[in-house]
Amino acid sequence: MRRSLFPRLGLLLGLLFLWLPVLLLAGYAFSDARIPFQWGGFSWRWFVALAGNERLLAAAWLSLRVAASAATLAVVLGGCIGWVLARQGPFRGRPLFGALAGAPLVLPDVVTGLSLLLFFVLLEGATGWPAERGATTILLAHATIGGAYAAVLVQARLATLERELEEAARDLGAGPATTFATITLPLLAPSLVAGWLLAFTLSLDDVVVASFVSGPAGTTLPMVVFSMLRLGLTPEINALAVVILLLALTSAGGALLLLRGVLGRR
Amino acid sequence: MRRLPLLVPVLWLGLLVAVPLLVVLVLSVSWPAEGVPPFNLPGVAGLNGDSFALVLGDPYYRAAFLKALVVAGATAGLCLLLAFPMALGLVRAAAAWRAPLLLLVLLPFWTGFLPRLGAWIGLLRDEGWINHLLQAWGFIETPLPLLYSWPALFLGMVHAYLPFAVLPLYASLSRLDPVLEEAAADLGAGGFTVFRTITLPLAAPGAAAAFLLVFIPAAGEYVIPELLGPPSAQVVGRVLWQEFFQNRDWPTAAALAVLLLLALLIPIHLFQRLEARS
Amino acid sequence: MSRPLLSLRGLSRRFGETVALDRLDLDVPPGEFLALLGGSGSGKSTLLRVIAGFEAPDAGQVLFEGRDLAGVPPHARPLNMMFQSYALFPHLTVAGNVAYGLRREGVARAERHRRVAEALAMVGLEEFGRRLPHRLSGGQRQRVALARVLVKRPRLLLLDEPLGALDAGLRERTGFELRALQRETGAAFIMVTHDQSEALALADRVAVLEQGRLVQLGPPRAVYERPATRFVASFLGGANVLEGRPDGAGGLDCPLLGGTLRPAETLPEGCTACALRPERIALRSGASGPNTASGTIEEVAFRGDDSLLLVRMPGGAVLRVGHAEEDGAPPPRGSTVQLSWEAAAVVPLLG
Repeated sequence: MRRSLFPRLGLLLGLLFLWLPVLLLAGYAFSDARIPFQWGGFSWRWFVALAGNERLLAAAWLSLRVAASAATLAVVLGGCIGWVLARQGPFRGRPLFGALAGAPLVLPDVVTGLSLLLFFVLLEGATGWPAERGATTILLAHATIGGAYAAVLVQARLATLERELEEAARDLGAGPATTFATITLPLLAPSLVAGWLLAFTLSLDDVVVASFVSGPAGTTLPMVVFSMLRLGLTPEINALAVVILLLALTSAGGALLLLRGVLGRR
Repeated sequence: MRRLPLLVPVLWLGLLVAVPLLVVLVLSVSWPAEGVPPFNLPGVAGLNGDSFALVLGDPYYRAAFLKALVVAGATAGLCLLLAFPMALGLVRAAAAWRAPLLLLVLLPFWTGFLPRLGAWIGLLRDEGWINHLLQAWGFIETPLPLLYSWPALFLGMVHAYLPFAVLPLYASLSRLDPVLEEAAADLGAGGFTVFRTITLPLAAPGAAAAFLLVFIPAAGEYVIPELLGPPSAQVVGRVLWQEFFQNRDWPTAAALAVLLLLALLIPIHLFQRLEARS
Repeated sequence: MSRPLLSLRGLSRRFGETVALDRLDLDVPPGEFLALLGGSGSGKSTLLRVIAGFEAPDAGQVLFEGRDLAGVPPHARPLNMMFQSYALFPHLTVAGNVAYGLRREGVARAERHRRVAEALAMVGLEEFGRRLPHRLSGGQRQRVALARVLVKRPRLLLLDEPLGALDAGLRERTGFELRALQRETGAAFIMVTHDQSEALALADRVAVLEQGRLVQLGPPRAVYERPATRFVASFLGGANVLEGRPDGAGGLDCPLLGGTLRPAETLPEGCTACALRPERIALRSGASGPNTASGTIEEVAFRGDDSLLLVRMPGGAVLRVGHAEEDGAPPPRGSTVQLSWEAAAVVPLLG
């Protein structure tokens, strides 16, 4: 085959564009200088400062808890939605169901955030719950968004999954529950894991929706970082970026190994 | 037991997607009020069309929509221009390299949106890396005002959304059977002609999906214009945010949301049709 | 043979450890219908791709009318290829597909229309010009693919399993159409196939490939009746291949068979195996001497116009024996039968 230079050059330039700023940011996180992106000798001081920043640590802890629970809820919800879309055959209101399932994917963040906040406010007015907006409301919002993404992955997997595999299990004497547990679930596992990771990341990354639906009690890490960035960059954010980068790399690598393991066993 | 998988998502989507969107619609025709929450529902005093009249009549709001659509369109176009050679490079890469390269394209998405914007701030601001270098090499004496400008805004937008554009293009290009390109060559088409007459038209649905996948979220973007853009970049996402958080004018914010949604209905519909077809 | 249109000289191509083409020589005269016959992995598809220019040979030459095609890219080669999957462009109509090659030649619009219509008429698809390929049946797609290459009036057409994707019922008719089109256009066809009956039925000459080597080349009848090697004998028509030792009297002593094979002419020097076609073996009681044997029927398979018997010989060999319907019902399983054949049916194998 022809090996033309243009696509390879394009890929190289695109990857440079994507990675250079991030790598520079990470590199200068180890600089002793007070001004970010200026080299003042190697130092861990900004990581030490980060570890002592109570406000950041509290926000990070809240974010991690919210993201983990939202991702878990999103996988359950997305699994159900994906199942309905792929397997439930035609039913009344299916087009509406499909549109609602896809809505969180395409709605701008400001619209999602505003709509959920207004809903929570009216709900509180009508039922007294949620009395205080914070971790719970962010969790519900993030589970809804993450669930929509997980649903796409599950639906895609179910669509390509041969029904004959499940039928063969039934033929060999497995009941519906056993078939689900021994055939369907293991085959869906890669999509569920990917869905969890995606929902987790979306939650950890979200500032707009969280800002809308949160109250004074719930300040997530992105909200803190956003307010810091508004005032300008500090070296602490560089250090934080390195921590996030490492987390992302290990979780992506872990997910890759996990998926390879799950796929390899088939 | 069989109905449970249907009941859970129907209830959830109904409560947390459908009802909130209806609430926004209701809010957009509600009356602003002093107090908590700062509005009265239309039940008491009838519908209030003031918010829509304001948003549709005032050039400030109209410009916000126009700017948002132009920014989203330009961002999507730039992403497409960058993403196409990247996706082509990925598809043409040796099989062993493809997965790691794809991961490299997608990983920035996992490294956090805000830290990446932080990187651009650090690069572009007056005492930032670029100005520092330019000064050190003697090209300039006073720092260039790079941050809080339109180019900075677009750099940040394209950087954030580029992976979204690569993915559907990669998917559609990898579905393209290389035998078709060989058949074209066999019928007398040279390298560029094969690209123009076969590769490009067959990747068109993927390119359209990539464009829309960037355009739709970019049209409502708030964070990037706020952190990197000039004060004049009053796009609709930013205006909505200000109405809501600073002016506490919830009905106007809701009306902006309704109109933004209306403006995006056609692109969203097109996108979903493209998705259904592939 | 007149001056060859295409000459292959010592073509070799390896993919890592596997040898796809091994010092292959072949001449194809103008207007010939040549079938390249071989199993999977025999190198037959690689050979087509080398001729078309999609693969470069590691060694050897592809000469077209004496001109070396080395370094000539596929789009500049004076020959065309019909792909196994047909490779119809899904975004172009049938007419658009057929016109594609003419556009590349810069054929003027009116002329192009005329030739596209002509090509579509030739394959019986006049009415389908505006359709998109996904709205055609398998047989129609095959004919669009054919029209798309024939419209360029190539002097040499390469066909990669042209009938492979068709239903069994359609295959025979399409084969005859292919043959008629080849005669009509006067182009040389090189058809790759793994189906021996297709090759025998359509081609002027059959080239049998094994592991990248050309093991036999000749008219269908000659190749079928006088297979040169063990591989050709068993690949074409499932002949019995019997191993043995020369008996010094012009025959092959065959312990597995429990008898002697004696060909019409003297057994060539060093020959240790002979082929015997199932349909050339007769059941005849009381036969004895060379070219006879007796065994026990193990299986009987009815095949419509004949039955295939598997006969276990005393030496352990299992002989495939054809039994024509007009000779009555075959003997039942388990019965002992006397077999005999003519000397002309014994084909010495040299490889």
